[in-house]
Amino acid sequence: MKHKMTLTLVSALFATTAMAHADDLTIASWGGSYQEAQSKALFEPAAKEMGIDVKEETYGGMSDVKLQVSTGQVTLDIVASGSGSAARAGAEGMLEELDYDVIDVSNFGPTLYSKYCVGGDVFSTTYAWNTDTYGENGPQSWADFWDVEKFPGKRAYRNKVAGALEPALMADGVAPEDVYEVLDSEEGIERALDKIRELRPHIDVFWTSGAQQAQLMKDGEVDMTTGWNGRFDNAKKDGAKVAYSYNQALLDYDCFAIPKGAPNKDLAMKFLAEISKPDYQDDLPKYITYGPTNNLAFETGEIDAETAAGLPSSPENAAMQLPISLEWYAKWETIASEMYQEMLTE
Amino acid sequence: MQATPANAAGLRVDEKLERMKLFGLSSPALLLVLIILVIPVGWLFFVSFLGGDGQFSLENYQRMVARKSYMRIFRTTFEVSVITTGLCILIGYPLAYFLSQVPPRIANLCMITVLLPFWTSLLVRTYAWLVLLQKQGLINDWAIGLGLWDEPIKMVHNMTGTLIGMVHIMLPFLILPVYGSMKAIDRDYVKAAANLGASPRRAFWDVFFPLTMPGLFAGTLMVFILCLGFFVTPAVLGGGKVIMVSMKIVSNIELFVSWGAASALGVVLLGLTFAILWVASRFLKLDQIAGGGH
Repeated sequence: MKHKMTLTLVSALFATTAMAHADDLTIASWGGSYQEAQSKALFEPAAKEMGIDVKEETYGGMSDVKLQVSTGQVTLDIVASGSGSAARAGAEGMLEELDYDVIDVSNFGPTLYSKYCVGGDVFSTTYAWNTDTYGENGPQSWADFWDVEKFPGKRAYRNKVAGALEPALMADGVAPEDVYEVLDSEEGIERALDKIRELRPHIDVFWTSGAQQAQLMKDGEVDMTTGWNGRFDNAKKDGAKVAYSYNQALLDYDCFAIPKGAPNKDLAMKFLAEISKPDYQDDLPKYITYGPTNNLAFETGEIDAETAAGLPSSPENAAMQLPISLEWYAKWETIASEMYQEMLTE
Repeated sequence: MQATPANAAGLRVDEKLERMKLFGLSSPALLLVLIILVIPVGWLFFVSFLGGDGQFSLENYQRMVARKSYMRIFRTTFEVSVITTGLCILIGYPLAYFLSQVPPRIANLCMITVLLPFWTSLLVRTYAWLVLLQKQGLINDWAIGLGLWDEPIKMVHNMTGTLIGMVHIMLPFLILPVYGSMKAIDRDYVKAAANLGASPRRAFWDVFFPLTMPGLFAGTLMVFILCLGFFVTPAVLGGGKVIMVSMKIVSNIELFVSWGAASALGVVLLGLTFAILWVASRFLKLDQIAGGGH
């Protein structure tokens, strides 16, 4: 009797693991309105088309992947990631090489895919302000963001280094095209940190997530924050009094990658091929103001001219922005992160 | 009366047998403790001496000395823990006293209000405080509506918010052991003190209060030690400015992507906690506290 029960239990366990490996993909992304948009535009329709089940999770970024890979307990098949940290993780051997015979990137911009990472959307890191406090014409540059006399009020800033140093240097008078040159030394990084120290008395919150940016603006907890443009548009749709500008914003892209040793690597590759098609990508701007990475998505007629003009990747908007330098992040991110964390505890 | 040598030998055998039986009975529990506590902690200790390249190195500890932030983070952690514990005692002790004095029916009702938040998810309670305390939160809105103050008061995304949230979450851990030790006190002691001419105040401080000490120490230690490892509440209510050891552990894993960098922090925190327990045990008998009796 006892043996029988144990057997049943054991076989039940095997059965569930077998089921989990059947046709399931596990995808991890950043949560909030961003993942909701990805889910509606990309994951759900593609899963339906391919007849598979997709399980969605949220995660803490590439460090989670690295921990999974280094302990050999990989549960994630696909992760959405910032381009910089994906490039770093790829170089450290944490990601599977992508098979561009399976994934068709012939209509992608040349910088929007790499050996380990295929672009999913184009976004901006920018500054947003409360329109009740400053009206529609709020700060128009990083210098304005730092100018607490012209724009008195409380700020929020990122609690991580990614996208946090470039604005500080621009506020300090460095021309956008020179930013990464100045940052290419510890003194340059220290200069940016000093500029943040200067603003620090006015920074009420160091935010940790995109959902928090939206919440801070919606609740009027701060008057100005840095953040990702799509989150602000969605907060605005929810009634937040918020506006942002693309001037001096940081142009960046998110991408999808497959962790090394992913349980369903081949299926994951096919899934990435599916969601990179223009038929899915052209739906993304309906849910969040992020541009597609596949240029054909602009030709399906799903994205109207007005929407296209508002996207971070539109030629007019892109011209105002500083493109993120992946080389800089690959070289300096760890050192700069440690210095940034030091600054936060002061 | 002396036992005969034969009897003494028999007794010794019996004693031995009994001891072995007891050991046999407790071995599953001991094994469990070994597997889920001793081994992981030992592993934690081991990896803290591994550098980023997987070789033996002291770099994780050297970093804690070289970088100023670690000292600041430990100071913040102890500051938050000490203040939270102090506030819990100030609020919890009188409340426990009140609960122990009122009729059982009312005490039970009040006890539910103490326990209800205890059963609610920590995350939910933390976010509830965020909703209440923020600039356009309920408290500021009402107070401004009632004319108590004109400008929203900053109560969250700082130390104040962190302390409010943590005291709320920690209170039951203090109230329960204190209440337990108060209920165990024989009322006749206080009456006897009064009978011998002690004023109510004197009877309380000289008789009642010392008898509640074991419960109070147990609660205090529990609250303090739990505070040392807190993560969610300071992370959400501290606005990224109240950085405690647990948060640094997370950011170290993200930063260095090695268990060693995070483990070293865990080892130091564990060491400090043991040190506190040791100091505490010099002043009071820990086994008595664990028993909660007197």
